[in-house]
Amino acid sequence: MKYLDEFSNPDLAKKLLDQIHQVTTQPWAMMEVCGGQTHSIIRHGIDQLLPDELELIHGPGCPVCVTPLEIIDRALAIAARPGVIFCSFGDMLRVPGSSQDLFRIKSAGGDVRVVYSPLDALNLARENPDREVVFFGIGFETTAPANAMTVYQAKRLGIKNFSLLVSHVLVPPAVAAIMESPTCRVQGFLAAGHVCSVMGTQEYPPLADKYQVPIVVTGFEPLDILEGIRKTVIQLEEGRYELENAYPRAVSAEGNKAAKEMLNDVFEVTDRSWRGIGMIPQSGWKLSDKYREFDAEQRFQVTDIHTDESTLCRSGEVLQGLIKPHECAAFGKECTPRNPLGATMVSSEGACAAYYLYRRLELVES
Amino acid sequence: MAQPAGEAGDLDFDAWVCPAPLRDSPTIVMGHGGGGALSAELIEHLFLPAFGEAADAQLGDSAIVEIGGTRLAFSTDSYVVKPLFFPGGSIGDLAVNGTVNDIAMSGASPLVLSTAFIIEEGTELAELGRVAEALGAAARKAGIKLVTGDTKVVDSGNGDGVFVNTAGIGVLADGVDIRPERASPGDVVIVSGEIGVHGVAVMSCREGLEFGTTVRSDSAPLHGLVADMVATGADIHALRDPTRGGVAASLNEIAKASKVGVTLVERSLPIPQTVRDACGLLGLDPLYVANEGKLLAILPADDADRVLEAMHAHEYGWDACIIGSCIDAHPGMVVAQTGLGGTRVVDLPLGEQLPRIC
Amino acid sequence: MCLAVPGRVVSIEERDLTPMAEVDFGGVKKDVCLQYIPDIQIGEYVMVHVGFAIQRMDEAAALETLANFDKLGILEEEFGDGFALAAKQAGEPYPPEEESR
Repeated sequence: MKYLDEFSNPDLAKKLLDQIHQVTTQPWAMMEVCGGQTHSIIRHGIDQLLPDELELIHGPGCPVCVTPLEIIDRALAIAARPGVIFCSFGDMLRVPGSSQDLFRIKSAGGDVRVVYSPLDALNLARENPDREVVFFGIGFETTAPANAMTVYQAKRLGIKNFSLLVSHVLVPPAVAAIMESPTCRVQGFLAAGHVCSVMGTQEYPPLADKYQVPIVVTGFEPLDILEGIRKTVIQLEEGRYELENAYPRAVSAEGNKAAKEMLNDVFEVTDRSWRGIGMIPQSGWKLSDKYREFDAEQRFQVTDIHTDESTLCRSGEVLQGLIKPHECAAFGKECTPRNPLGATMVSSEGACAAYYLYRRLELVES
Repeated sequence: MAQPAGEAGDLDFDAWVCPAPLRDSPTIVMGHGGGGALSAELIEHLFLPAFGEAADAQLGDSAIVEIGGTRLAFSTDSYVVKPLFFPGGSIGDLAVNGTVNDIAMSGASPLVLSTAFIIEEGTELAELGRVAEALGAAARKAGIKLVTGDTKVVDSGNGDGVFVNTAGIGVLADGVDIRPERASPGDVVIVSGEIGVHGVAVMSCREGLEFGTTVRSDSAPLHGLVADMVATGADIHALRDPTRGGVAASLNEIAKASKVGVTLVERSLPIPQTVRDACGLLGLDPLYVANEGKLLAILPADDADRVLEAMHAHEYGWDACIIGSCIDAHPGMVVAQTGLGGTRVVDLPLGEQLPRIC
Repeated sequence: MCLAVPGRVVSIEERDLTPMAEVDFGGVKKDVCLQYIPDIQIGEYVMVHVGFAIQRMDEAAALETLANFDKLGILEEEFGDGFALAAKQAGEPYPPEEESR
């Protein structure tokens, strides 16, 4: 695939790795924000190939991991209702709520469907006028334009039996919250490349200045990740803290103007609770007044939600990079990918799930 | 293992020794049919204990039964694929080739098949006719006979159209001993051709995911290929057709059965670009995608050349290649060497692989 | 959040008042909504996430990035590992000062 395969070239990867080894003279801890980047790092074994002095702290950029428990419970309640077709991205299907997940709801008779795009859910609404179609609108700024467009279309085409359960979260407030934490160890950020494709890079220089951390916009292929790391280390070694763009083929400073206009129209900023981290002010989006009629939380007055987070689960500390997954007492015992207590163990790029696999290999080899 | 139960309904969940495998779900979920860890546990912790002493289940794709001095291979499989027709094949092809292959994976020659249909009321006769045509054509191509069958109709809404079960019997020649427990350190892992093809073909027409692709299912009967491989005289240790759960599931099963470690070299995996692209689009890993006309062979390194030669001369093995090996380290685990030189564990899939956005 | 894939725009049409494209991802084709890249031309490449084009691919930038990767380490190759090692041991930056990467 053009623009993709070239960025996995192992010979160029070796050059980048050599360079990283060259320029690293002391320990540094940097955070890759996006779950997709975590996935790529684990998938290609990149963290094993870096110099020992470099630590990658896996960030909370996994919308699956940070969707508040209350919203998951609401989703489950809505999905269980007769007459509802509940549509979701595949990622959310196994995320545990207080007592169930979407898979269980499906096996109990709920009409739960996996779709690739929110527009597919809108089509289902058109094809099934006698059913209520609800789409689980999670994601960061990368996914929000798709969800926004779907609601915009629903309004424009007069599709009444469609609604969106919104749980959008924003990256810059999360970066700030992480840096504000007194136990923060992060010295540099690999910013989420595709979030910046949409939003541009203008929100980050103030953060770099305020917290004196280099922020390097990074892509997802192996060469992109290595380059992001390389540029971050160079800044750290040189004592600089600037915004740099290591993903120029997909990211410009202004981002996507049309998308940002739509986002402004359909959504408005709101306080958002991040599962495992807590309330981060002004860190999420909800539907604006103009589109409130499509808000699934309003349409399905779901009361009687008693959220019950596992007391053992320390996802939040993992998401902030404060502990490593294997430092949690439940890791590998009460909490495994088979029986996850929190989202970081169930998500394909959750740090706990990734560590579970590696830990087993190390245990077996020792 | 768990205590065998006396009667149905007597299952004592608390008495199970293994930590909480099924207790997390009181009902069946789709993952239980995925061919991965959940399926395995359903068999190990629900069916086998219930069957008690009546169960003599073997781990391979087919069971070897000795009757009057002749060894027979016996296998059954149910086909529930949706949609019924997909690029390159149909449920009819799968129903024949799937069971033929299960028998072939023990090195046996498949002879006869039964076909049992469960059909949803309201299914169009023309559609059922097309399925039957496809099944008949596949049987003729494979050279096997359809000797008995059954037909049932269920209420509309319960059948997804058409389900087919086929059970097959084959004959195992003397001296052939191909079982998942026989993999040994030093063996090579050979795959007969490109992987990920069938799963992508089916997914491309699944509702909610439709995408255009030239990928066509690779469903094919492999017993002829296996016969050629066995005829070289090589000491083939294990054969497996990587269907649900893909190459990852099959190699994990063999690794656990034989208590060996398996290493894979990612760069040597034959994955067509179209499969890579489709998997890239949906966020799937080709190692976990189903194949229907491919096999994995585990055999001593010294035998590799002559087996590969025989495979290359066959229409279903022309691009066979070595993708890894069996080792002493990390027994029961499959570890892949990534393109960059790192390593990653290739775990047994839990259930169905789902498209992701992250 | 971020699984986006680059593809080539093969055809464009309006559907339900919205520009839609058939995008070719190296053999796999999918319908993609062009609401956010309305001025895209057939033959150009876009980055697609959950059925939406979110950005156009900058070919020049892609080529430049790859070329930069390729140039890395050229000095090491010319002078050999010994120099790099000595510089590192001395705590000096290597290669010295000549490019700001």
